Amino acid sequence: MKADLVKTLQKKKKQILEIWMEKQLADAGLRDDLISNEELRIQSEELVQALVQSITEKNLGNVESSEFEPVYEILAGISLSRAKQGFSPRETGIYIFSLKDSLLQVIQEEMRDDPAAMYAETIRISKLVDSFGIATFETFIKGREEVIYRQTNEITEISTPVIRVWDGILALPIIGTLDSSRTQVVMENLLQEIVETGSSIAILDISGVPAVDSLVAQHLIKTVSATRLMGAECIISGIRPEIAQTVVHLGIDLSNITTKASLASALRHAFSQLHLEVRKKQKQQ
Amino acid sequence: MEKIPILRMGHFLLVTIQVDLYDRLAVNLEADLVQMVNKTGARGVLIDISAVSIVDSFMGRIIGNIANMSKILDAETVVVGMQPAVAITLVELGLPLQGVFTALNVERGMELLRNRIDLDLNPEDDDDDAISDAD
Repeated sequence: MKADLVKTLQKKKKQILEIWMEKQLADAGLRDDLISNEELRIQSEELVQALVQSITEKNLGNVESSEFEPVYEILAGISLSRAKQGFSPRETGIYIFSLKDSLLQVIQEEMRDDPAAMYAETIRISKLVDSFGIATFETFIKGREEVIYRQTNEITEISTPVIRVWDGILALPIIGTLDSSRTQVVMENLLQEIVETGSSIAILDISGVPAVDSLVAQHLIKTVSATRLMGAECIISGIRPEIAQTVVHLGIDLSNITTKASLASALRHAFSQLHLEVRKKQKQQ
Repeated sequence: MEKIPILRMGHFLLVTIQVDLYDRLAVNLEADLVQMVNKTGARGVLIDISAVSIVDSFMGRIIGNIANMSKILDAETVVVGMQPAVAITLVELGLPLQGVFTALNVERGMELLRNRIDLDLNPEDDDDDAISDAD
């Protein structure tokens, strides 16, 4: 009787699919606005097909078996496509778990006369489907993590542009919190740009930095020191009153660094350092 | 043995380090340079390290030492052409070379030295400079 389970499932493939579809369509949570019934049917059929094909008496108790590879692949595909279509992970999970109901129903019908075997098979099938459900969550989370990772990289890249304001003057507006890895990127970009353009003044604008603690200040001082070693002057601008307060309260010594309240005054300072003058044009009489 | 040449250019000494410094070479350079400053009465020392791609804390200290020693002998030191990676390394090592002047390249370094030393040169020398500039 026991050995028959796999065969039964293979034989009853059509029935399993029918019961499953019926249950899904009858479910109040059916999202026919996100996926059409035909698509849903194709998706479900593919999964049932892969399941009954890879299932054997040997691997039924072993969810880690490599023979389930194709099933997991399909599950990953379903998870990703559903995430894109706008299903919540809960809905995807329910979709997979509803397969369990239909499988169990078939087992129940087949093994009505052998409760012990039925019980054993029910547990095994449950475990298998549970593992499938978890796999979809895993894929979902992995997909999300990839997106987050990509975005983090993008933020690091786009948020550190070095701008050539004038011949010999570079500006670097820093937006967002400065941590060690970002300081490294900022510093490298700035120094590289100083070498390339031969600039002698760099303005570090921190108006976009939400808070300055001793660590951030340390990073700023490092950047200024490195710029100085290269032979350029570094001005820090965009210091808001709150930040000035914090810096003094924390006892951070910025006396060796030229600081300006705004980018404009930093630029004015830079011009005077380079002996440049900006004047209003005289009107032609 | 390898030696780093020290060139004399008017009031200044010019040191161009074209090889990666190893400890022995750096120590010798330090000794040679101080001797040279003393002998020639140079007013400024310009060290070009644009070809140096690797430094360690020892090298950083030697550069700082040279600057301080020159200063005692009444000569300003300018370090020019530091690579970005070298600058970052020195800062991370906690050696920001306080008291050493820096410049982007030899030309700017020379200009900086000239400006620094102009300040305390006597008027005669100033005139000399003006004439040579006009030439």
